[in-house]
Amino acid sequence: MAGLLNIGTTFIPSSSNLLRNPNSLPSLRTNNPSNKTLIQAKIREIFMPALSSTMTEGKIVSWVKSEGDKLSKGESVVVVESDKADMDVETFYDGYLAAIMVEEGGVAAVGSAIALLAETEDEISEARSKANSSSPSAVVAETKMEKPQETVASIPPPPSPVKVSVPIAVSASSIHPASEGGKRIVASPYAKKLAKDLKVDLGSVVGSGPMGRIVAKDVEAAAAAAAAVVVSGAAPESPKPVAQSAPAKVSGSPGIELGSVVPFTTMQGAVSRNMVESLNVPTFRVGYTITTDALDALYKKIKSKGVTMTALLAKATALALAKHPVVNSSCRDGNSFTYNSSINIAVAVAIDGGLITPVLQDADKVDIYTLSRKWKELVDKARAKQLQPHEYNTGTFTLSNLGMFGVDRFDAILPPGTVSYSTSNSELLTLQRSLQGAIMAVGASQPSVVATKDGRIGMKSQMQVNVTADHRVIYGADLASFLQTLAKIIEDPKDLTL
Amino acid sequence: MGLKTAIIEGDVVGGTCVNRGCVPSKALLAVSGRMRELQSEHHLKALGLQVAAAGYDRQGVADHANNLASKIRNNLTNSMKAIGVDILTGVGTILGPQKVKYGKVGFSDNVITAKDIIIATGSVPFVPKGIEIDGKTVITSDHALKLEFVPDWIAIVGSGYIGLEFSDVYTALGSEVTFVEALDQLMPGFDPEIGKLAQRVLINPRKIDYHTGVFASKITPAKDGKPVTIELIDAKTKEPKDTLEVDAALIATGRAPFTKGLGLENINVATQRGFVPVDERMRVIDADGNLVPHLYCIGDANGKMMLAHAASAQGISVIEHVCGKDHVLNHLSIPAACFTHPEISMVGLTEPQAREKAKKEGFEISLAKTSFKANTKALAENEGEGLAKLIYRPDNGEILGVHIFGLHAADLIHEASNAIALGTRIQDIKFAVHAHPTLSEVLDELFKSAKVSASVSSQISEPVAV
Repeated sequence: MAGLLNIGTTFIPSSSNLLRNPNSLPSLRTNNPSNKTLIQAKIREIFMPALSSTMTEGKIVSWVKSEGDKLSKGESVVVVESDKADMDVETFYDGYLAAIMVEEGGVAAVGSAIALLAETEDEISEARSKANSSSPSAVVAETKMEKPQETVASIPPPPSPVKVSVPIAVSASSIHPASEGGKRIVASPYAKKLAKDLKVDLGSVVGSGPMGRIVAKDVEAAAAAAAAVVVSGAAPESPKPVAQSAPAKVSGSPGIELGSVVPFTTMQGAVSRNMVESLNVPTFRVGYTITTDALDALYKKIKSKGVTMTALLAKATALALAKHPVVNSSCRDGNSFTYNSSINIAVAVAIDGGLITPVLQDADKVDIYTLSRKWKELVDKARAKQLQPHEYNTGTFTLSNLGMFGVDRFDAILPPGTVSYSTSNSELLTLQRSLQGAIMAVGASQPSVVATKDGRIGMKSQMQVNVTADHRVIYGADLASFLQTLAKIIEDPKDLTL
Repeated sequence: MGLKTAIIEGDVVGGTCVNRGCVPSKALLAVSGRMRELQSEHHLKALGLQVAAAGYDRQGVADHANNLASKIRNNLTNSMKAIGVDILTGVGTILGPQKVKYGKVGFSDNVITAKDIIIATGSVPFVPKGIEIDGKTVITSDHALKLEFVPDWIAIVGSGYIGLEFSDVYTALGSEVTFVEALDQLMPGFDPEIGKLAQRVLINPRKIDYHTGVFASKITPAKDGKPVTIELIDAKTKEPKDTLEVDAALIATGRAPFTKGLGLENINVATQRGFVPVDERMRVIDADGNLVPHLYCIGDANGKMMLAHAASAQGISVIEHVCGKDHVLNHLSIPAACFTHPEISMVGLTEPQAREKAKKEGFEISLAKTSFKANTKALAENEGEGLAKLIYRPDNGEILGVHIFGLHAADLIHEASNAIALGTRIQDIKFAVHAHPTLSEVLDELFKSAKVSASVSSQISEPVAV
């Protein structure tokens, strides 16, 4: 019954429900909110029983009774599979099965609530709303909270891939010849199952199977592409004032306990140290607004070949850097320019427990398709915590993208060294002298009203980029002309596919 | 028995079972079972094993099935010759009582007489109208067993044991499957509780989806780059519901008796939906309701129980009769099995059938259930997924039905089917000892946990006639 106390905090006062049942027991039906606790006590939890001494969790085999059924004490309500056998579970109270919280096939820990029992029929709807607003997992409870916390945020799970992806929704089903002009979606059984599990909307997936059928790997690619966009949006150096101090996590965050003190993990310790180190470097910032209509159109065209927006931006940046080598330089000893021999674009990625910067080597020389493939490999490795040192500490310029959150503009902190850490090997903590002179923070591409050349008002998609650079080696004019070149490349992106 | 015997075979020795049924299908299922095991990484890992990517050669698998069929066919032929059976090739037709003619097409006929004649012409896959079979993309079990190709996506029309077994084979070999089932439940012939568990294990976690309550009103084979199209209509309202486009379709909607051209009209016998009417002793009944003397019909052709071993049992019953000993086969003691992974087996009545009988005849029934999770051997094999169920009469200990879903279910059922055949009661069989640790202890659990009010009975009672 301890669960009831938690429920109370998110419980929506049911005055509207009370009003709906004016004829029921008048003594309980007042709008006095202090009666809340009295009413709550009438809604009981049916919890997962321990069917054997070794059982820690049970799986619901089937619900014998359905929502709304009347229950008498001792009646079988549900069949539960334990580690030994399937057993019928009886109810200890009379009442009505108000809400089923764990469905057939679902698993629940011993002692957790699997259903709610209401004493009277009137309370069934109350119990249902309670069941909806509370749930066994803390993560779900977090998402119901209205505002993100000011301190370390409890991050909602990554938003659904369809919303997050760069706003180009291709109506994929129209490609299928027999789909009657896009009316029918043809997908294989496994693809349908995956789409359900990964929450991918089949209507937006391009089919690569026979005759344009959507197959499993198309669904996986759609889910991964969306997740990659979410993932690459980490701003490892964003200063505290920015609303979110920790970017979206790929694997979903564990619940944050308010009022608790949680020591840094080794990776978080490394990040913190690096950030403090960066205070020794004199930096300045230059911003630029870039029109992305042409880039978006190009992306739409070549997306099906596995090209991601990250790869396109990296390639554009690399080509611009090729024309402005000083922006690709760094100041290692405080006395000289170190002009890096290759252009290696590091892209900030949030991973479980921290962040890392996989590097796309020679981004100016590699073609966009290979770059995209390489990027996917690096992200997978990063997630599996299998990145090798040379894959994350050889960057000469960093890209950080928070666009998927709707951030229009932010400043990044110039990484004084590589933020690298391998959680499997606690000794591996690389801290190197500055290899990078600059870092670019990319905001969201948003449709904006602009004044056009002929004096009219028009609409263009625009994004704001902001570069933080080390003023010991990079001066204002250098940075400004680099950004001008970058804007030109992005606004006329034909060179990106060379 | 010392009877002079001849077999008239119009096609290949062994019939469906050896050539197009039991034998090749079990060969394919053996392959699919192994593939599934080798591909189940987490299953093997739990045992501490790792296997590099398992693969298969389609021709090799097809050959295994074909070679096995040939081998069994040859063994059968040799065995028959060795015991003195005459094998006469040709299509047989009954001319009159105790008179048969046979002959190959294009050759002259031979007429022979015999004291007793047994019709055992079996069945063929039933293809509902509207479905066009091309043998390549729209196939029946006959073609499927040759495994000429493994489609990416195959629709299986019919979710009975044949469809289920094929879904096991195809999904293990990498295909995705869609079931098209006319009734509202998948696997309608099984005990519903077993069916539900089977669905959770054999269908939900695999690359299989399904449409229930629909008929495939029209199936067009693949042509000119277009895929196989299946038009689905609601089973009750007959309104069009959906259209599927798949790489192949397997028609597994049951089997129809093969009784055309038997000359039954010559002896005034009328078939019912193709089946030959017989009594409980397999004697053929003519259109006037009289027994045709010296004529019997066994197996799929009479439709009583369309299983190979049922046919054999019926045959044995007939021979007993011919030799002067009366014998009536108790069909409730004939087990059935479905060789998916894990296997399903059953004998006797399903729970709904038992409840109906109980209501009609005025007795109580009880259930005993046990999970394979409680069995040491099953856990050792990491195959704890399974259920065994016993339906019985608590007043006298009679076994009404046993259903098993789990590892080696097809082998385990025989203890129960033997008990039913001999009329053994639970209160007697529960003292039998089972070796430990074996899967048979699953049944031991069932018998020991059953609560019977009667005490140990004195003598075995007569088997119940069907």
